Amino acid sequence: MRHRIRTGFAAAAAVLALGLTACSTTPQAPSGSAPSAAEGALTPVRLQLQWVTQGQFAGYFAAVDQGFYTDRGLDVQILEGGVDIVPQTVLAQGQADYAIAWVPKALASREQGAGITDVAQIFQRSGTYQVSFADKAVAAPADLRGKKVGNWGFGNEFELFAGMTQAGVAPTDVTLVQQQFDMQALLNGEIDAAQAMSYNEYAQVLEATNPATGQLYQPSDFSVINWNDVGTAMLQDAIWANTERLADPAYQDTTTRFIAASLQGWAYCRDNVESCRDIVVRAGSTLGASHQLWQVNEVNKLIWPSPAAGAGTIEQSAWDRTVQVALGAKNADGATVLTRQPDAEAYTNEYVTRALDLLKGEGVDVVGANYTPQEVTLNPGGA
Amino acid sequence: MRTTGQGAPRGLRRSRWRGPATTLAAFALLVVAWELVKVLVPDDGVTIGGVRVLPRTSDAAMPHVWTVVGRLFDPEVAGAAEPRSIGAAVAAGALFTLRLSLGGLILGGVLGVLLAVVMQRSGLVERMVLPYVIASQTVPLIAIAPLVAGWGGKIAVFGQPWEPWASVMVIAAYLAFFPIAVGMLRGLNSPARADVELFRALACGWWTTLVRLRLPASVPYLIPALRLAAAAAVIGAIVAEISTGTRGGIGRLIIEYAQSATGDPSRMYTAILGAAVLGLVAAGAVGLLDLALVRYRSASR
Repeated sequence: MRHRIRTGFAAAAAVLALGLTACSTTPQAPSGSAPSAAEGALTPVRLQLQWVTQGQFAGYFAAVDQGFYTDRGLDVQILEGGVDIVPQTVLAQGQADYAIAWVPKALASREQGAGITDVAQIFQRSGTYQVSFADKAVAAPADLRGKKVGNWGFGNEFELFAGMTQAGVAPTDVTLVQQQFDMQALLNGEIDAAQAMSYNEYAQVLEATNPATGQLYQPSDFSVINWNDVGTAMLQDAIWANTERLADPAYQDTTTRFIAASLQGWAYCRDNVESCRDIVVRAGSTLGASHQLWQVNEVNKLIWPSPAAGAGTIEQSAWDRTVQVALGAKNADGATVLTRQPDAEAYTNEYVTRALDLLKGEGVDVVGANYTPQEVTLNPGGA
Repeated sequence: MRTTGQGAPRGLRRSRWRGPATTLAAFALLVVAWELVKVLVPDDGVTIGGVRVLPRTSDAAMPHVWTVVGRLFDPEVAGAAEPRSIGAAVAAGALFTLRLSLGGLILGGVLGVLLAVVMQRSGLVERMVLPYVIASQTVPLIAIAPLVAGWGGKIAVFGQPWEPWASVMVIAAYLAFFPIAVGMLRGLNSPARADVELFRALACGWWTTLVRLRLPASVPYLIPALRLAAAAAVIGAIVAEISTGTRGGIGRLIIEYAQSATGDPSRMYTAILGAAVLGLVAAGAVGLLDLALVRYRSASR
């Protein structure tokens, strides 16, 4: 018996050993530690997105495509998101050097211990709408009372709840419906008012055929609550960096260069909307061309024109409003996004200011004061 | 399918064709049923007392089969540099996922068989490991997927950097190893006591007993286990792709196409169709293995 056990163990040990020799941990070389002045050597940088390749991230893909990153000595690898990929967690665990994440969700992760800092606020405005058919007469949050209200949950719903609270509508005054990926529930009447991103889901309903007319739905068929107008908008896509590593001068330098090249990419997408659409399609998006053009155009509206200090600047007022909503708005479960004020390290304008100085010195328009959005015509199915 | 060894040639030949034929017939039946439901159930479905009992059957919710099939020939992205049809994209995605599932099945199979052999060898190891083997399957896949996906950039195998598809394969293997380990363990323990004692009486060592008695005896247990494992590997690969957003496979196509489901519902069904065909192919592959190992069918009592 003893012999049997020993050989059993030996076999188990052998299997284990085999596994161990096959896998080895790669030395963690923080990308920031490479000397930035080294001739020709590019600093590798991994950027984690929130979702798969689409116009929402056009600026970063444009910066890769147009060589803005390589011009600043960076070799940027863009990591796509998935259903269960949480960018701020990926960043905090060191599997990416920077991450794109919504401010409230990232702050919630920060409160739970993720060491991340907002270093550039790309989207200055919120892209979240609450869309309903015009005949449902939902023009303001107060009109939501008694309606079937769709929301995505998972921390994407707080602008809605803050807006309702502000209008005196309690979560119990409405029927809350968990929304899917698509907008069919709105179109077939299961939801009266559905959550939609201006650059994605709203376009999807405008790409669907209205059975009554045989034509595509028109914007006049819908009424839209825009949380920017209501005053409960929260900051969305921002570039987050690893707080701990920001103490490293090399990573600081990489951060400045990364922000500068990213903003340059966004400026390019502002001035070359069609080119950016093609870049995103080349990067592997399967969304249709008109949908993608709509997306880049709408995202531009969230960025440009930017604060006088330049794109990417974190404005105190918008930040404070986001934190206030995050602390105050209760969702259907009575939970708030944050339970206490975020600490001072939660955001910094230090690197974006340096990056903007770099860009201004090179004559890049980082404010876009004269920006005018395009009129995009959507085709059936977004094609 | 359950043909016994004796009198095999004739019966075998018939069963070899009957399998695929039945599968095709079932597929045709499914198509007919789908269209029948569309005809019989009202567009808005049936709701009784606020509870939906029958689904919506409008063209947006359930597109016609021919619309979905026709969609396969449309270009995936209009105006792309290298245009390809949706059908080609779905086929490429299904093939990619099939390769990963197969890799996962092999990886999980080897691991499961090794584990079973070790557990059979030592009762202590069995008592130590088996509870964890079972517990491993109760951990939700969505909890593991981001964890495994996070190995990228941290782990290298034989000097090769960890690729995103490797995470998908590991997750597929994670699901596939379980039925194989459990089934194989039962199979290895299946020989009658008299047979084992005969081997011992003939002074056969552990290795000879394993190769000459236990392994052949475990085949009837292994085949159903493999069937389960193949299905699990395919599901694991698809879910892992959706979960981690790994590019190239059918899972990723499902979420990409689902995004445009509002305006173009039939597009998503092409990806689902691809996933279904993928599952059939995987099951068929195990069926072929079954045929190859048929001589061991009656090896055990």
